[in-house]
Amino acid sequence: MIGAAISRRLFLAASSAFVVAGARADAPFITVASTTSTQNSGLFDHILPRFTRESGIAVRVVAVGTGAALRLARNGDADVLIVHHRASEEAFVAAGFGRQRHEVMHNDFLLVGPKDDPAGIAGEANVVQALGAIARTRAPFASRGDDSGTHRREQALWREAGVDPGEASGLWYRELGAGMGATLNLAAALGAYTLTDRGTWLGFGNRRNLVVLSEGDSRLRNTYAAILVDPERHPHVKAVAGQRFIDWLLSPAGRAAIESFEIGGKRLFHAR
Amino acid sequence: MDEVRQAFAQALALLVERDARLLEIIGLSLEVSLSAVLIAALIGLPLGALLALQRFPGRKVAIVALNVMMGLPPVVVGLVVYLLVSRAGPLGVLGLLFTPAAMIAAQVVLVVPIVASLARQVIESLWEEYRETFRSLAVPPVMALAALLWDARFALVTALLAGFGRAIAEVGAVMIVGGNIDHVTRVMTTAIALEVSKGNLSLALALGLVLIGLSLAINIAAYGAKELGEARRGG
Repeated sequence: MIGAAISRRLFLAASSAFVVAGARADAPFITVASTTSTQNSGLFDHILPRFTRESGIAVRVVAVGTGAALRLARNGDADVLIVHHRASEEAFVAAGFGRQRHEVMHNDFLLVGPKDDPAGIAGEANVVQALGAIARTRAPFASRGDDSGTHRREQALWREAGVDPGEASGLWYRELGAGMGATLNLAAALGAYTLTDRGTWLGFGNRRNLVVLSEGDSRLRNTYAAILVDPERHPHVKAVAGQRFIDWLLSPAGRAAIESFEIGGKRLFHAR
Repeated sequence: MDEVRQAFAQALALLVERDARLLEIIGLSLEVSLSAVLIAALIGLPLGALLALQRFPGRKVAIVALNVMMGLPPVVVGLVVYLLVSRAGPLGVLGLLFTPAAMIAAQVVLVVPIVASLARQVIESLWEEYRETFRSLAVPPVMALAALLWDARFALVTALLAGFGRAIAEVGAVMIVGGNIDHVTRVMTTAIALEVSKGNLSLALALGLVLIGLSLAINIAAYGAKELGEARRGG
């Protein structure tokens, strides 16, 4: 009897789940594949409600690394892509998966590390020199190791410094295969250096001993671009709503929303 | 240990305030995992009974396979379900990716082996006990099965609870097929993972405490129902 009552209740819960799921799907929405850096910083929580108020279109953000976001978009599992690795974005468009690449905002990457700074790079404006010093002193460095935009930038900087950190993988160079926040958590716990985007850094709540050691190099510029997934390649893509979102990001209203996102009085992203 | 103290205070505050977003996340967690357990029960209980009572070629292989599947990593199940429901996959036209339905499907795959394996063990041992009685009374097989299931109902509830525990606690599968989308597919475990990645450790821990409290409440309710049922049957 009780078994029957429980199963009846379970059934109610289950059927209500489907009803609720169905009701949610009725409102117009688009799916955006983006990076952990934009989500962890809190940017989307700040700007998306404004877009939804103006347009009536809800935006569902799936935040993964740039590599994974590109893969989702290639499979047609997102309508809009917002990532930060120019070469991959251009390849994505060239391969016919997206129509056009629109740069929407930028900020910069930072080299952060422990306050006691064993590699002695504090204030070094040349980020390549700073990385070289870390490699020479074999000071611990935490790498995203997840094929994200930040990871790809980090690898490009190592190449410029003439260092192959892969040889030291597992020694001073730690490849985590994790998002930006998880990498910062580990760097804070290990007293390791790491490369982070400014947005995640400013929104991050567990810095412990980590401080910014090198910033301002032009090679640390971090540009985010939006691309509509080509509806000719994937006919189910919500092209009109997706394009409307991109147009809004580039419009005065969207730019103002991006510019007004601050943490502790500091602006995190600059609109294009 | 400051974080732990803070987490307890925060968990309490979240519950006292009945934070609307927290309630939404708890609601979705329960919807997804209870639906998954219900569907898994509809598949797993008959499957367990079949394996317990019938002798057919491949039965032992099926039993071992189910036992292995109890240990499937959720992230692998999530990946397989993703490949199936992705727009590029065979079920892509349904548009199920990043919906609660896809999360339920992934959790069903995780829960069915637990329910089926435990149900098989319970029913098999009861069958050993009653086989002679049923045979001497010439009870038809369908009625025998019904009687066995009814007699085993409390043990079977425990099997369902074990399945529920696996479903509500896993993060790997729902993260991949749900996408952790705010207000749409964000459940307790993915919310915890997100707060960890934001470095909000005490909030993450507070959510973890709420999740543990939730599991505790459900288990106490089930245990109470079992005790009540047994007392009534005894009396």
